[in-house]
Amino acid sequence: MKIVKSLQLTVVTIVACGITLSASAQDNTLLGAGSTFVYPLFSKIFSEYGKANNVKVNYQSIGLGGGILQLTNKTVDFGDSDAPLNADQTKKMGAPVLHIPMASGATVVTYNVPGVGNGLKLTGKDLADIYLGKVTKWNSPEIAATNRGLRLPNMPIVVVHRSDGSGTTFIFTDFLSKVNSEWASKVGKATAVNWPAGLGGKGSEGVSGLVKQIPGAIGYVELAYAIQNKMRFAYMQNKAGKFIAPSLASTTSASNIEIPADAKVSVTNTANAAGYPISGFTWVLIYKEQKYNGRSDARARMLLKLIWYNVHQGQKFCEPLNYAPLSKSAVKVAEKLLKSATYGGKAVL
Amino acid sequence: MPLLKNKRLDLSYSQMKWETVFKRLLIIMSAILVLLVVGILITLVVQSMPSIKSLGIGYLWGKVWDPVQNIYGAWPFLLGTLLTSFTALIISIPFSYAISIYLGEYNTRGWLSNLLKNTVELIAAVPSVIYGFWGLFVLVPVIRSLEMKIGVAPYGVGVFTSSLILSIMIIPYAASLGTALIRMVPSPLKEGAYALGATRFEVIRSVVLPYTRSGLFAGILLSLGRALGETMAVAMLIGNTSTIGNSFKEIFFGPGNTMASVIASQFTEADHTVYLSALIELGLVLFFVTVIINLIGKKIITKYTNN
Repeated sequence: MKIVKSLQLTVVTIVACGITLSASAQDNTLLGAGSTFVYPLFSKIFSEYGKANNVKVNYQSIGLGGGILQLTNKTVDFGDSDAPLNADQTKKMGAPVLHIPMASGATVVTYNVPGVGNGLKLTGKDLADIYLGKVTKWNSPEIAATNRGLRLPNMPIVVVHRSDGSGTTFIFTDFLSKVNSEWASKVGKATAVNWPAGLGGKGSEGVSGLVKQIPGAIGYVELAYAIQNKMRFAYMQNKAGKFIAPSLASTTSASNIEIPADAKVSVTNTANAAGYPISGFTWVLIYKEQKYNGRSDARARMLLKLIWYNVHQGQKFCEPLNYAPLSKSAVKVAEKLLKSATYGGKAVL
Repeated sequence: MPLLKNKRLDLSYSQMKWETVFKRLLIIMSAILVLLVVGILITLVVQSMPSIKSLGIGYLWGKVWDPVQNIYGAWPFLLGTLLTSFTALIISIPFSYAISIYLGEYNTRGWLSNLLKNTVELIAAVPSVIYGFWGLFVLVPVIRSLEMKIGVAPYGVGVFTSSLILSIMIIPYAASLGTALIRMVPSPLKEGAYALGATRFEVIRSVVLPYTRSGLFAGILLSLGRALGETMAVAMLIGNTSTIGNSFKEIFFGPGNTMASVIASQFTEADHTVYLSALIELGLVLFFVTVIINLIGKKIITKYTNN
């Protein structure tokens, strides 16, 4: 009986310690959720930030839809998305939400055609026609026209797209909508669309797995993913008419434009001569009015300081991880947005 | 001579109390289970309301699934689910029956019997994601070369591939139930048949199988239920195409989609209210399909046992 009682006492003490420890950890742990695309960059930035300041950041890469949902439910401090909020999501949020740009990334078009190495040249219109199911063979006149001198085999094109909704799909379909009017009217742009043709793979791993296995396949994945897995990618034609290889430099050029004050901008089909046309930003989402659900002023300040670090000192971690850092004008817009965040009506920073 | 007093009849008050408490506890737990299922149904209906209001009954035979224009139709997924489940069932029935009869009749005891029984149960224990991976890396290239020989588009992934994997996954459910039932056939029945000069095969065909018919059918229903709801392995192997092919060959060997796999793939990123609600309505349709198939199955069982 005595043993049982002392065991019970020990258990209760441990649990009580656990609760108090976690409670104190809650005070300097920030919670974030959202896009998987930006997760490697955030891991690095947050761990470096945590070393210098006494702040831990817990970021769950559950996908941009999940991040937006958690922010709507006010269970996280910030979300991250590769697509700006649409009308339905903005309505559900209730309060105004700031989109603060973090970095930009590219979506590359990868393919598996025997005898064709890196650097197949594709125009946006042809890419859209391939995904519409109108161009069905690799040696069709449209593809041959932009690749003179390349021997293309007489193989059917197997189109591969994402079966799950994702920010990569948003950037890809945004580009296709801009360069092909039939795509814009028939399919449109969103994180998930009604694909007219092709197979679906789950995640970038699913798409790259299918492309690697099926001869004649074409698919799209993030640039960082393609570089790490040494995949072949196409050179896409941008608005200026040049065929650009996807790289950090070309992505940075594409994003180096004047962005509007609310930072919700699409940089696909860039007119910049050296810019890669299938690029996009990723944004951190926070409520503009930080006094909700009993949040403290200190917590709001902690959050804004973290995001300030992200857009300034955190940018140096972008390039080694294959993300394109923000241009100077983008950083200025981000600063302005952060300064507009309020706590109880008063600016925090 | 006075009768001996039966002490057992002098139940104490606390013994009587515990009898009642135990019975009430059982009733409460059963009621909780029923309430849980009803609760799930109510949640599904309530959450699908936005989609039911905007799409109506045409949702059931709609062929378009367009998250941009918010037009949704469940027909391609209904077709995919029924096609994969029933194909998987048809492929797996000979195997389940063979295992049940072998383990129930021919080899009921011994090391080989135990090994076989444990292996079959292990098939059910492997996570479905592992089946998906195995299918992607091993089965898909094989099916691709088969498709090239037949002359259909060599995707490798598709309805046929997922049916094959599903059939492997659902074997244990019918096989385990069948083995247990066949072992329970009373010996006097079998020995009577043997005494009349029946061979082993004739005993199985005329005595064992008719006796266990309803139970074996219930095992098949169990397998079918599992196949209808299987998500992960199918999501990785079915090709995730929301359009229906033109010929039967294209539909069967080409990519498709099932209700469970669509919900699993698109649920987390559904960004419109109607989109999310359409996915939940798909779950409701799957729920009803399962209920209807189970009811039909039960009816078939009662018809056979009453005959």
